[in-house]
Amino acid sequence: MLVKQLSVFLENRPGTLDEALKVLKEADINMKALSLADTSEFGVMRIIADKPDEAKQAMKNAGYTSIVNEVISVELKSEVGYLAGIVKKISDAGVNIEYMYAAPSKDSEAKMLIKTDDAARAQSALGE
Amino acid sequence: MIWNETKECMTRDELTDLQGKRLHKQVDRIYHNVEFYRKKMQERGVEPGDIQTVEDLDKLPFTTYEDLKNNYPYGLLAVPRQEIVRVQASSGTTGKPKVLCYTRRDIDIWSECVARAMSMAGVTRDDIIQVGYGYGLFTGGLGAHYGAENLGAMVIPMSTGNTKKLIDMMIDCEVTAIACTPSYLLHVAEALEEQGLVDRIKLKYAVCGAEPWTDEMRAQIERRLNIKAYDIYGLTEIMGPGVACDCRFHKGLHIYEDHFLPEIIDPDTLEQKPHGELGELCITTLTKEGMPLLRYRTRDLTSLEYGQCECGRTMARIQRFRGRSDDMLVIRGVNVFPSQVEHALLTVAGTTPNYFITVDRVNNNDTFDVAIEVEERFFSDEVKKLEKLRSDVEDAIHQTVGIKAKVKLVEPNALPHSEGKTKHVEDKRRLT
Repeated sequence: MLVKQLSVFLENRPGTLDEALKVLKEADINMKALSLADTSEFGVMRIIADKPDEAKQAMKNAGYTSIVNEVISVELKSEVGYLAGIVKKISDAGVNIEYMYAAPSKDSEAKMLIKTDDAARAQSALGE
Repeated sequence: MIWNETKECMTRDELTDLQGKRLHKQVDRIYHNVEFYRKKMQERGVEPGDIQTVEDLDKLPFTTYEDLKNNYPYGLLAVPRQEIVRVQASSGTTGKPKVLCYTRRDIDIWSECVARAMSMAGVTRDDIIQVGYGYGLFTGGLGAHYGAENLGAMVIPMSTGNTKKLIDMMIDCEVTAIACTPSYLLHVAEALEEQGLVDRIKLKYAVCGAEPWTDEMRAQIERRLNIKAYDIYGLTEIMGPGVACDCRFHKGLHIYEDHFLPEIIDPDTLEQKPHGELGELCITTLTKEGMPLLRYRTRDLTSLEYGQCECGRTMARIQRFRGRSDDMLVIRGVNVFPSQVEHALLTVAGTTPNYFITVDRVNNNDTFDVAIEVEERFFSDEVKKLEKLRSDVEDAIHQTVGIKAKVKLVEPNALPHSEGKTKHVEDKRRLT
């Protein structure tokens, strides 16, 4: 399944995350998952939120650079090798995984959010 | 030592007379051979016959670097292309470089001027000199090389980029003089100190140029290497290094007025300024054959001192540079215009995002940082793509400007925005 993800550009220095999260709080945005990618000078904050488009507007109004795009969401089972099986299906289809991060799930024990270079092929490889 | 006492110590009357005759002859040649100047003179209603003495200089049109760009590459030639034996170039504001063409005689005069400058610094035919300027289109390497050879010194053409080899040869070959940028020489001094080799060198003189430097830097170079350091000035458009140089009294840079006629103008009104007043330096080439220039606007702000110097030379002295009348920066000896950075950003990002250039000098090396605000249209959730954007911009700047910048991605509104013209540059070096 594809879900909307909000990504925000942040500089890598004290206080930037605090300020960005404050904007989301004031816009009454509830976050389901968050991942931070960092380099020595900047970072990318990726969020799964209950209202991604409103969240984007709030970030924009506060002067942040952000985009909304889609990532694949896969429900996980708490079994040895379950994630390895998912990753193998994607890589066997010749699709590259750019990044992924875990989030809690209502339906199972956890879910994995995966960004690939070809979402359609990855989804069909996963039998969706 | 004075290389050419007959010329360098002429009385002001003799010099003025010589300049007038050369100016008349030069203007006559230019008028009949260069369409660009003929048109400009006709627009002003000036004919070659109107130019008889240096007093007539202000009747002539100015030349700017835009004129060189617009007439790239051969538009300003005053001789048939076959007479040209050399081309040098310096980076232009955007795109095309400024290309300058030399006849055999132009090269000879250039070598004469550099020999005068090096003699001023004490270099003689007994010396062994390392040229640590880049060889190639940049005038520094070949200019210093030919001048030192003309002087009869033994030249080691090091070029740039290999400090270890330079130091090895400096010691092994018993080098006594060096020509390079002052900041590079300080870098060499540091390397010598770190390796405890300062006592092993035989260096006596340095002829440094291609970038602005201060008396403090000179004092540092002289103290740390136990040598004498001299300032050589030049610009590719006029010739290259050797347009002017300072003598041991350090009372300004003697400009070789028998070849280069200097004047100071007000950069706003373009009116000539009285002797001694601060303004923009303009130079008319009196003897150049290949690509002679009338009243070339150097954009360097300074004043001229005309009295005879204690060294015996009568040639006017360019006083301390007070900055530029345009936005050009000299970084690591290379001319950089903010518009070049803009151009590089445009080629990578498709538009010009808000950017900010910071130039500083850390441990005697120029730093060149460019911050870019990340806009939505080139933002990505993937770090890989952002890193690629950053390195693409670095490559584009390197290609356009010729030196490497450190590019940093910043949040929107992180950089100064102001009403009207946005400020894009901060030069933290204190050089003027």
